[in-house]
Amino acid sequence: MAGIDISNLTVAGAAEAMRRGDFTSEELVRGVLDAIAEKDGAIGAYLTVDAEGALAGARAADARRRAGEDGPLLGVPVAMKDIFNVEGQPCTCASRILEGYVAPYDATVVARLKAAGAIPCGRVNMDEFAMGTSTEHSAFQITRNPAAPDRVPGGSSGGSAAAVAGGTALVSLGTDTGGSIRQPASFCGCVGLKPSYGRVSRYGVTAFASSLDQVGPLARTVEDAATVLGAIAGADPHDQTCLDRPVPDYASALRGASVRGLRIGVPKEYFVEGTDPEVMACVRAAIDRAADAGAQVEEISLPHTDYAIAVYYICATAEASANLARFDGIRYGRRRLGPDGSLQSLYDRSRTEGFGPEVKRRILLGTYVLSSGYYDAYYVRALKARTLVRRDFDEAFAKVDAIFCPVAPTPAYPLGATAGDPLKAYLGDAFTVPVNLAGLCGISVPCGRTASLGLPVGLQIVCPAFEEPRLLRAAAAMETLLG
Amino acid sequence: MTENPAAPASIDVDHLCALAHFDFSAEEKEKFRADLSSIVGYVQKLSDLDLDGIAPTQYGQPVANALREDVPEPSIPRETALANAPDSSGDEYRMPKIVE
Repeated sequence: MAGIDISNLTVAGAAEAMRRGDFTSEELVRGVLDAIAEKDGAIGAYLTVDAEGALAGARAADARRRAGEDGPLLGVPVAMKDIFNVEGQPCTCASRILEGYVAPYDATVVARLKAAGAIPCGRVNMDEFAMGTSTEHSAFQITRNPAAPDRVPGGSSGGSAAAVAGGTALVSLGTDTGGSIRQPASFCGCVGLKPSYGRVSRYGVTAFASSLDQVGPLARTVEDAATVLGAIAGADPHDQTCLDRPVPDYASALRGASVRGLRIGVPKEYFVEGTDPEVMACVRAAIDRAADAGAQVEEISLPHTDYAIAVYYICATAEASANLARFDGIRYGRRRLGPDGSLQSLYDRSRTEGFGPEVKRRILLGTYVLSSGYYDAYYVRALKARTLVRRDFDEAFAKVDAIFCPVAPTPAYPLGATAGDPLKAYLGDAFTVPVNLAGLCGISVPCGRTASLGLPVGLQIVCPAFEEPRLLRAAAAMETLLG
Repeated sequence: MTENPAAPASIDVDHLCALAHFDFSAEEKEKFRADLSSIVGYVQKLSDLDLDGIAPTQYGQPVANALREDVPEPSIPRETALANAPDSSGDEYRMPKIVE
């Protein structure tokens, strides 16, 4: 028989089909493996695929179903960003320094997905240690945007977005420290959800900037993103920043979703010179649709928007310089000895040969802003300015229920366009980093394509921390309106 | 290069390498010095802000100490952890001699 075509299959659709007995999880996983074999050569989303492990997981899920179990993720394959520890699989963070590392345990999110019957099915590409916005900083390969193969898929979760948008995964998991789920979702044309800080455990997820990192899904529909969030959210004794708050049934909350009566704030600082006019046109058109559907739209101000990039690149690199100190060539990963054979030379050579240029740049910057003489001038100032960014949102959410804005100032740009100019790449994070700095939840929902080149554009919706049900309802309503 | 309105005084990349454990060639040092100068010049825009009396924000949520009972629980077996070590001996990691 012909294999299952997963090009447009959703998680909800697959679960319903398996429930009806149309196909088994094993057949579904074979469909994913076939799609990877057929299409991934041209996209390059996957770093490794453990076909045998995935098929074994599928057979186990089929056995659970035969035993009477059911669930929205039972038997569903999930592509994993190469930053999640999955027991027995490599976890390189797309870095040479972790070549050969095999994860000795499951990250909490992985354990929860497995408990729900989901199957980790392949590890997807990323910017090295999640530092980047194009996936070009992977040490291993380029990933192409399925919508425009000469362009980047965004990043750092570029493989996660390209797999979902390119028809080689139903759903994937990514991480978002300054936009790394939302921006690739916008560039590739899928849904990308960054939950509130404290909503999802980071245990077993390689740390980049611990006051900002969050785990979330990239999916073909808002409903699928809600389903995955429901499975991974909730307190974890292994991550004390993961708050002990109830986990609502996010997917059920979407029924009858509407924007009627929703008070939408549109920040004027996001629609300025420097934002691509075609991106603005797509987002404005989506906001007009919301207004036509009964939402109350008003302009708001987030006055410290222009400072967010500076705050972010100080805070995030400071934290990264500390987090990545653990890669020293002693306990795991790449080890190289210098000419004198000393411990100092081992540290220096292992790190110099193991890390790529963007990771080194950020470690150096973080080391600089934390170093004696500069700590108060840069790091402490940034922490205080972070308070102002957060207050902007507090004041806005006193007046509106949700903020609608662009995800990124541009659509996907050509491969190589930011090479040699790191600051230019950093400025592309202007609309996503404020959400991480303030600990809020945000989502990118496809809202059309640019007029000239037909590149995907995402609408970003932002809600207060732990208001994911409101966020997802607004996103689902927009998905229907724009569908 | 993106415009750099306020380049700071020269950044001591040698000192940063010593702190962060890197061993760069002269060429790499110059490249990173130029990159850092551009980025540090940009982030100096924070000096425009009046931050007197503003409390710092260190986390995405106001998280206080999360305390729990000190109860031992199973952890990764020693041999599993050591399986990833570049060099080990018996139950231990092996590394260059640090005491003469």
